[in-house]
Amino acid sequence: MGRTEQLDLSKISVREANQFLHGLQNGEVACVEILQPDGLHSIAAGLDCEVAVEIRGHAGYFIAGMNKRATVTVHGNVGWSVAENIMSGEVRVKGHASESAGASGHGGLLVIEGDASSRCGISLKGGEIVVGGSVGHFSAFMAQAGTLVVCGDAGPNLGDSLYEATIYVRGAIHSLGADALEEEMTADDHAEVARLLAAAGIDYDAREFKRVASARSLYHWNADADQEY
Amino acid sequence: MRVCGIVGLLAKSEAISERLGELATPMLVCMGTRGPDSAGLAFFHQPPTGAVWRYVLYAPDRHYDWTAVSAQFEQEIGQSAQLDECENHAVVTSAIAPGEMREWLKSAHAELHLLSAGRSIELYKDQGHPGEISERFAFATMTGTHAVGHTRMATESAVSPAHAHPFTAGEDFCLVHNGSLSNPYSVRRKLERLGIAFETDNDTEAGCRYLEWRMREGDTLEAALENSFAELDGFFTFLMATDRKMVLVRDAFACKPAVVAETDEYVAVSSEFRSLAHLPDVKSAHVYEPVPERIYSWDVQSN
Repeated sequence: MGRTEQLDLSKISVREANQFLHGLQNGEVACVEILQPDGLHSIAAGLDCEVAVEIRGHAGYFIAGMNKRATVTVHGNVGWSVAENIMSGEVRVKGHASESAGASGHGGLLVIEGDASSRCGISLKGGEIVVGGSVGHFSAFMAQAGTLVVCGDAGPNLGDSLYEATIYVRGAIHSLGADALEEEMTADDHAEVARLLAAAGIDYDAREFKRVASARSLYHWNADADQEY
Repeated sequence: MRVCGIVGLLAKSEAISERLGELATPMLVCMGTRGPDSAGLAFFHQPPTGAVWRYVLYAPDRHYDWTAVSAQFEQEIGQSAQLDECENHAVVTSAIAPGEMREWLKSAHAELHLLSAGRSIELYKDQGHPGEISERFAFATMTGTHAVGHTRMATESAVSPAHAHPFTAGEDFCLVHNGSLSNPYSVRRKLERLGIAFETDNDTEAGCRYLEWRMREGDTLEAALENSFAELDGFFTFLMATDRKMVLVRDAFACKPAVVAETDEYVAVSSEFRSLAHLPDVKSAHVYEPVPERIYSWDVQSN
């Protein structure tokens, strides 16, 4: 059991806090508590070791961006682009997240227990995102690989220009974006949703979810379509 | 994504009203990172009883001789006017109605710019860093029912005092804008044909004058905004105020941010949460992001 450190952002800068976190070796510190985040940006961005980071309050933009191996929990809301380009590890937001949550994430797990705003999982490249609430418009826009699970509703243009990422939605879908298609849930889909819900610690029945994936009609240029898909 | 910051604070209690400037100033200064080239803040007060109008004038230099203006006003208009000067701004309080005031300014002092007119609004804006502007006009000492402010990073028209926000049109109405409109010139041509004059080539002025025109035509601000979704093309988070309310709206794409924090004591709006972090009890406030094309309106508490 390693020690716990506390960093108070009313006393030190985000840069100093991040430099401390970047200097850690695996297991050197079990847990780092970040106090007074007060909506500041880029807290715990660029981590690359096994450590638990607990951010106590509302945080700003780019929280836990590019995360590798670390487990970052925000006990509050976050602004734009939480866990953007996440590579591995886990980022959890206990409150709500603003736009572009998990943008272009390559791996790891992002859990948003509340709602996520527009463009959640935009350009997702292999990461996994579970949203306990609803997501806003253009979520999973151009998502290439990975999975987005939405336990609430999805806003307009879900999965527009989708590549090979998969979306599961439990609630209502306002509208699908260009080339997104609702498909039958298979046994594999049920198992995948159940696995992600268990990982996120969110308790719903996988059979309540719908599957959305790419119709793949945008993969090839079709002059006859005249920009209508 | 950066490019301009907006802030607004509406007091729900007398205690917050007394501290309005003290609480709103750090909000504005914090958003200086989003908009370092110009800033402005409009304070709204409980309207006085009787025919009392408040005008804020802007002079082209910081050592302007305001005493000559008030003396000339009293001589030519035959009405008393109280003039409180603050460097290149002066607040004139008088019984003279806005139409007559505008005519007199045009003929007697064309060099002065009328920043705001009304019974409630008091607007200060200039070129410079929000921190410096807040100091120059002692924003922290101001009181009022609500305040709306802006920090500007110009993208579509010049950096000048006149291009700074908030923009006003008519009386007791102002608007701040984060974003950019794509059809300001077509809106402007439409309004100019109706005899509405413009002071700058700024896109936000077109939005501001459009909404004020709709309200003069009988729309509520909310109805004017519903119409604006079809008329105004572009990206916007608009924060507006009249003497009676503060109103917030984001366009359908909502790519310009906004966050709201509400308690029993106040409603606070900003581009980013960090500029609200100093507000009393904000940790237990209801904090939320306004959704696209929904009109959020908060009424000023009546006495």
